[in-house]
Amino acid sequence: MTDQTTTPGAGAASGAASDAVSITGVSRVFTGRRGESTVTALDGIDLTVSPGEFVSLIGPSGCGKSTLLRLIADLDQPTAGEIRIFGKTAKKARLDQEYGIAFQQAGLLPWRSVAANIELPLQLHGMAAAGRKARTAELLELVGLGDFGSKYPDQLSGGMQQRVAIARALAESPNLLLMDEPFGALDEMTRERMQNELVRICGETQAAVVFVTHSIPEAVFLSNRVVVMSPRPGRIQGILPVALGSSGQRGEGLREADGFFDAVSEVRELLHGAPAEAGARGVENR
Amino acid sequence: MRPQIGSARAVAAPLILGIGALLIWQLTVMALDIKPFVLPSPVSIFTQFIDNVPTVWAASVVTGTNALIGLIVGGIVGVVSAVIAALLPIIDELSAGLVAALSVIPIVALAPVLYTMFGAAEETARQIVAAIAVFVPVYLNSLRGLRQVRPVHRDLMRATAATPWQATRVVTLPTATPFVFTGLRIASSLAVISALIAEYFGGPVGGLGKSITSAASSSNYALAWAYVLGSIILGLLFYSATLALEKLASRHRPSA
Repeated sequence: MTDQTTTPGAGAASGAASDAVSITGVSRVFTGRRGESTVTALDGIDLTVSPGEFVSLIGPSGCGKSTLLRLIADLDQPTAGEIRIFGKTAKKARLDQEYGIAFQQAGLLPWRSVAANIELPLQLHGMAAAGRKARTAELLELVGLGDFGSKYPDQLSGGMQQRVAIARALAESPNLLLMDEPFGALDEMTRERMQNELVRICGETQAAVVFVTHSIPEAVFLSNRVVVMSPRPGRIQGILPVALGSSGQRGEGLREADGFFDAVSEVRELLHGAPAEAGARGVENR
Repeated sequence: MRPQIGSARAVAAPLILGIGALLIWQLTVMALDIKPFVLPSPVSIFTQFIDNVPTVWAASVVTGTNALIGLIVGGIVGVVSAVIAALLPIIDELSAGLVAALSVIPIVALAPVLYTMFGAAEETARQIVAAIAVFVPVYLNSLRGLRQVRPVHRDLMRATAATPWQATRVVTLPTATPFVFTGLRIASSLAVISALIAEYFGGPVGGLGKSITSAASSSNYALAWAYVLGSIILGLLFYSATLALEKLASRHRPSA
């Protein structure tokens, strides 16, 4: 949309403008009624996401991972600290539509057909009907729902609805994709298939992704880096780089690879705050 | 096959009950020799109805037109007011008492006053009475519907940087639509009833209400009942039409 973004995957070049997301010293305190019972959802968060990078936020419930995503999306404002998206403030980035977002619930409009749901952002921003139609057809192919454009959401399965929501998030080819547990409500088989699809889609679109999840294998399978968070107050416990290859190399076989299990163990240890002792990691190393 | 049997039964059961009730009515009138001014028999009412189809039809058109104009005007005003009240909470708070008052006062009681205001030769007073009767349920249901927007849809509108008007048009109004039509369905019978009762208080002749009173006062009781039958059919027609609209508006919703 704007020309100030760098080409995706262009390394970790310094300078705030080239980062997809840059979070410095962000906290979010929820104040109860009359100032009582304040809850510190996030405290002192620093995080940088490079263009084209896939970063997962993982942690137990109440660790503020969804809150952090909402702050990036400017659906909520931080109490302190600063969030920059491609060098812009979160609000400016939202108004400029720098990101696409998918929620835990697909959040489709039930009175609109699948195609009309996908083209919603394009329609809101005044794209002409012919262009919208072409782009919608493209997106339907991308998420593997080529024949379903004229169906209505209530005629689709949960997994298909979630694919429609992802297609909608990708409608304007954003350089940043925000996903809040998008596969949380799906069964395990559908979930793994959707993860494979997402890896493929990310490879094709080259967008940076911030992905909230509470599934360790999901985070490891999808991400370049896994950000492990701890609750009350929400803090970053540790950041684990996952060197499992580019999206093109991540296939079904990866789920059986040793590197995958090692990374899963490391994330688990970070989550539970246990020291990385050799004896403690026997479970996955069959 | 089973659902078809079920729906056939659903139609047949009330039909049999209705025919049975009419049969008992007819037999009671004949056996007890009840005078027509007390209760005419169904057969005599139906005979009067068939003999006077053109006049009953003409009267139904007059009353039906008043009810329809009232339904449309009251419906539009109700929906527009609800949208304004939903957008500006202050309006909602200011008008809550007024709406409560409107829903409590017997609206047809306004008819004599309105006849004086708009002239006894005009249908306007009846249409206004119908419109006010329609306004209350449409306004209350629409306002409720406008508040049903799911949080995820609100987030979506914000995330896509939609303007308030776009959010209203794309999410809020479609969310409220089934509720609006529920309000209209409730209001449809009220529109017919109000337009008809308003005729009792004066105004031009020709409608169903006036026809019922004039037939009764000239001792033609079966004919008066034939007009009542006409009003029942008119009310059912309004109800079915708005029910069909309601079904159409909520066909892709799992609930509501």
